[in-house]
Amino acid sequence: MSSNNDSISKTLIVVISLCLVCAVIVSTAAVQLRPQQTANKLLDSQKNVLAVTGLLSGSDVQQLYNKHIEERFVDLDTGSFVEKPANYDYRKFMKDPAQSVRLSGDEDLASIKSRANIAPVYLAYNNGVESGELSAIVLPIHGYGLWSTMHAFLALGADGTTIQGLNYYEQGETAGLGGEVQNPKWVAQFEGKKLLDQSGAPAIKVVKPGNASADSAFEVDGLSGATLTSNGVQHTFDFWAGAKGFAPFLAKVRDGALNNG
Amino acid sequence: MANAKEIKTVLFGPVFANNPIALQVLGICSALAVTTKMDKALVMCIALTLVTAFSNFFISLIRNHIPSSVRIIVQMTIIASLVIVVDQLLKAFAYDVAKELSVFVGLIITNCIVMGRAEAFAMKSAPGISFLDGIGNGLGYSAVLMTVAFIRELGGSGTLFGVEVMPLVKDGGWYQPMGLLLMPPSAFIIIAGLIWLLRTYRTEQVEKA
Repeated sequence: MSSNNDSISKTLIVVISLCLVCAVIVSTAAVQLRPQQTANKLLDSQKNVLAVTGLLSGSDVQQLYNKHIEERFVDLDTGSFVEKPANYDYRKFMKDPAQSVRLSGDEDLASIKSRANIAPVYLAYNNGVESGELSAIVLPIHGYGLWSTMHAFLALGADGTTIQGLNYYEQGETAGLGGEVQNPKWVAQFEGKKLLDQSGAPAIKVVKPGNASADSAFEVDGLSGATLTSNGVQHTFDFWAGAKGFAPFLAKVRDGALNNG
Repeated sequence: MANAKEIKTVLFGPVFANNPIALQVLGICSALAVTTKMDKALVMCIALTLVTAFSNFFISLIRNHIPSSVRIIVQMTIIASLVIVVDQLLKAFAYDVAKELSVFVGLIITNCIVMGRAEAFAMKSAPGISFLDGIGNGLGYSAVLMTVAFIRELGGSGTLFGVEVMPLVKDGGWYQPMGLLLMPPSAFIIIAGLIWLLRTYRTEQVEKA
């Protein structure tokens, strides 16, 4: 190695040109690949919505989604449908102080700190959107487990309380223990249970593994070896079925808000 | 350019004789994190092998111009850029896997193997052989990672690559999974076991007490 490598000018030249080259490569990759990545994200979310309603069959996700799913936006405080806000991104809005409310300690059952004012809901029509026969309402829910925020879609029947499906599609819990929230066999327990009791209060109870009574409309078994993740699921349901979550919207659903489209 | 024998040593030496995890004890962090499932581990191995190979290549290419006072930062810049590019590519073309691996791809930057080979080999050797050294060390890392992942996934979940091998009790089968294997500490135990086996077989690797 030549000794003038360590001169100040050589050092600066090498470092600056290297940074420039690397910056160009990294930004080119990021910009060039962004459309593909956004498309992947959208497709993934559409796939998850379809999966939870049981409509996912075959590979043409886009076409199935357009045929069966209608995306609407709900003001969570009033429970009414609103127009899609400009530049809407649920994940960004839930953290943006201008678009969300901070939750106080007692309100923040699911440990999510803040909640977006407007949430998307997906209306599923088994016979196609034009048929107008609503078959399921899909709600996005999330809450903190042991290590991570767990994101799920919850499909309710047109009555707004009977659970048709649950799909945890994003979580970072311990694989094989808490990570089993994704296990189709585990989430299948929720099918047919009632999200809310007669008075409209959150009613799902995640109990100790093996203790759920088969004829209870509200009890499901927790995950064995993953008490904290199971608690996280419980808290997620308590929050999103409650007054700060989708309760106002679901009350309107029961009063027939969806009957005339 | 190197002869065939040297190429072979550089390429396959790190698998057993000079394994980055077992002998050099580098890159343990990710070996704990991504070995609960074999498919995850495989993608991590491919990503790491590519990053090590290319970072070695590029660093070797400019090794005669790197001022020694800032060489670590220069190496880091190159490695970080490569990792970001790999992460972006995964997100674009293998979205499901990228989602599974989440932060661990980014953490390749801090994987000691990449940095260690850049500093120990690429700074002194020609680009071609440095590239092969990267591939070789990637293979060594992969060999250990896949073995650990095999044991952990089979014992912990009764599956291999997500395919059921031993039906679990909770799904109506006979196998009661070993929960410990899914926790990070089990990787320590398994890696230690592998190092022990390897050093029993190759006694020259045993350090003097």
